[in-house]
Amino acid sequence: MTAETGTEAATPLWEVFIRARNGLAHRHVGSVHAADATMALSAARDVYTRRGEGLSIWVVPSGAITASDPADRDMLFEPAGSKIYRHPTFYEVPDEVGNM
Amino acid sequence: MRLGLTSGGGGAGGGIGVAQGMPPPVLPQQWNRPPFHLAARRAIFPVMYTQALNAAETARAEPADAQGPLEQRFQARIDAEARIEPNDWMPPAYRRTLVRQISQHAHSEIVGMLPEGNWITRAPSLRRKAALLAKVQDEGGHGLYLYAAAETLDVTREELVEQLLDGRAKYSSIFNYPTLTWADIGAIGWLVDGAAIMNQIPLCRCSYGPYARAMIRICKEESFHQRQGYEIMMTLCQGAAEQRAMAQDALDRWWWPVLMMFGPPDAQSPHSDISMRWKIKRVSNDALRQKFVDATVPQAQYLGLTIPDPDLRFDAESGHWVFGAIDWAEFRRVLAGGGKCNRERLAARQRAHAEGAWVRAAALAHAAKQRAQVA
Repeated sequence: MTAETGTEAATPLWEVFIRARNGLAHRHVGSVHAADATMALSAARDVYTRRGEGLSIWVVPSGAITASDPADRDMLFEPAGSKIYRHPTFYEVPDEVGNM
Repeated sequence: MRLGLTSGGGGAGGGIGVAQGMPPPVLPQQWNRPPFHLAARRAIFPVMYTQALNAAETARAEPADAQGPLEQRFQARIDAEARIEPNDWMPPAYRRTLVRQISQHAHSEIVGMLPEGNWITRAPSLRRKAALLAKVQDEGGHGLYLYAAAETLDVTREELVEQLLDGRAKYSSIFNYPTLTWADIGAIGWLVDGAAIMNQIPLCRCSYGPYARAMIRICKEESFHQRQGYEIMMTLCQGAAEQRAMAQDALDRWWWPVLMMFGPPDAQSPHSDISMRWKIKRVSNDALRQKFVDATVPQAQYLGLTIPDPDLRFDAESGHWVFGAIDWAEFRRVLAGGGKCNRERLAARQRAHAEGAWVRAAALAHAAKQRAQVA
């Protein structure tokens, strides 16, 4: 068994995104292994939507996704950190003016 | 390298690369460790679907008091109820414990399809057949969510499957008992899935994010399993004398093995405090077992069935059902391979995997051909 599985080619990994309801964005739900996109879609349907959880499915080869490294998050998001004037509460408007 | 996609029921994110042009990230040292399976080869003690109770081994491998600054920060995050995500630094022993626990859990779901699959073609009605088929499909789905969660820890699906097929990995001892009658399908849903739910609800708050999220999905689906099982028991118990006897016989055979699913008594699992400290495990074996007995005894009474335990009595003072001694020798025997169905279960998985090899190879060959035509 070991020898057999050891020589067998690995089946590619796909990330699965599902739109749960009309008007919502596709959301990552998990992953599946499949040889090609068509099989990945049908595997995603079987694994992640057995109870009507979705209106539409995206599958994306895991290797095709470019991601930031969370270890770099301080450096990556630093530019926004000091810009508190981007938030509405930075500005003072008298109460009399009402909601703004 | 593992980077990031882990929002859902356990995304693997196994092959995701870092942005080109970005400076190469400094890899934490443990990412360069030897392949996981070398560490996993040693014998383990699986409990429940999941409770990995390899904590003993973990403790031997890494003294728990190895507290460098990274460990301290890690523990502080856990203490603050922060979730650990795949790219976060984690102690190697935490990673190993999780891989082992999650993969044992996944294997249990997959092997758990076999005892019930045994009755699909012989279900007594179309309604029961459709429900059982859906339940067995769910078990397969649960196995896949869990494999995906395990894969976020830098281990491949192929490695995990190989560990199951060559007997290195364990799965829950409960699936090494046979399903002799239709009533066993009722008893499994009611008791085995009931015990699994009891165990899995605290796991929804497990410190490892992908595992906790997979457990939330699974718990939502398990409730159907338990209810359909109880309904089968109810139908039998309201039926003819022979049907009631069949239900009682199933309870007699499943009761003790189900209590064993929660694992050895707390006094005999001295190292599980590490899993507790890491918040992988949140409730002790004995506490979960007691909770299960307290919930289940009234359900058995409602059915008019007798729990096969002459020592069972209600203790008004504590408000708990006190039960008799569990035969731990049997538990150890079944775990060690001496159960009625150990060989049959493993042989069935090996056969399924071998017979599917040409399908996997054909699918990959077809995909390669399609890509070549496009190129």
